[in-house]
Amino acid sequence: MLLVIAKDHSVTGSALGSILSVPGVVWIILAAVLAHESWRWLGLWIGSRVSVDGQVFQWVQYVAMALVAALVMRLVLFPAGALADVDLMARCAALAIGVGTYLVTRRNLAMGVAVGSLSLAAFVALT
Amino acid sequence: MSRLRNRAFRSGFTVCWSTPGVVLLGTSIGYGALANDAGLSAALAVAISALFFALPAQVVLVDEIARGTGLIAIALAVSVTAIRLLPMAVTLVPYFQLKKDPAWLRIYAIHQLAITPWLEAQQRLPRVSPIVRLPLYAGIGTGIMVNTLVGTAVGHWLAGGLPTALSAALLFMTPVYFLLSLIGTAVRLPHLLALGLGAALGPVMFLALADTGLDLLVTGLIGGTAAWVVARQIDRAAR
Repeated sequence: MLLVIAKDHSVTGSALGSILSVPGVVWIILAAVLAHESWRWLGLWIGSRVSVDGQVFQWVQYVAMALVAALVMRLVLFPAGALADVDLMARCAALAIGVGTYLVTRRNLAMGVAVGSLSLAAFVALT
Repeated sequence: MSRLRNRAFRSGFTVCWSTPGVVLLGTSIGYGALANDAGLSAALAVAISALFFALPAQVVLVDEIARGTGLIAIALAVSVTAIRLLPMAVTLVPYFQLKKDPAWLRIYAIHQLAITPWLEAQQRLPRVSPIVRLPLYAGIGTGIMVNTLVGTAVGHWLAGGLPTALSAALLFMTPVYFLLSLIGTAVRLPHLLALGLGAALGPVMFLALADTGLDLLVTGLIGGTAAWVVARQIDRAAR
């Protein structure tokens, strides 16, 4: 089966007639969904063979924490979109303010997030 | 028994008006606006939010479609953004291990896996009985999903009408929330070590490996393994 993807993303197949004249975007999304969801399914399969009390679970938990920490740094230091236009110092300062507020309010998540984000908005609005 | 589980689901669902729910609402508004700018209809933007439920994948998808990239390249790029979901799923699913949980509920619940529901789960699931963990998580995930879909629709409708300060603040809520939640889950020294190493190595790996998704995985593996080794040493010394 040969799939020909034209410039306008319409897809036609030599052996499958008009069925494949559906807008190419649908096929792209379908392929992307499968490629994406597979990782969750793989995790479901592996996870059902892992015990909460075991060392494997602990190890993967540490890996996940380090991974998300790295992601946070990436979002703050190398952002995409509207955040990229904000000064690096402002982003770091707002993050620090958020963490500080969180600790000072005895780990109040809502306060930390609110004050951190509002600080950033203030930096943007005032510069 | 199932009244207990229903209650757990509803309890999880109340996340939609708590901090993580509001954070996802804000982020989804940003995504909705982005999708509008890229020319997607509101229906398509919301459908994509529902099908992927992961912002990195959605952003990549919208961006690459707008550029006219080919199907296989897009599928690969999106797939790579999902690698981070693997360790998360592996540290979530063992909490559910009850033979009576139906398969369809597990598959539904695992679809609701994103960083925010995962962070909530790490804090809430260990404290409740295994019987209610899966319904509780399904509730959390569903609540976050509802906020995501509503946010996407609102964002699409608002589109370019948001002042810069507001859109930046909306986007910024995500890293702040992630970091504070991580700190909240860090009850032992090895946890803090994992966070510190991840934060230190992450930027280095990003500069070396760029936005391939591998940067996160490598950082996670190195930082996480080091923290785990330290944890084992501490546990051994305590015996």
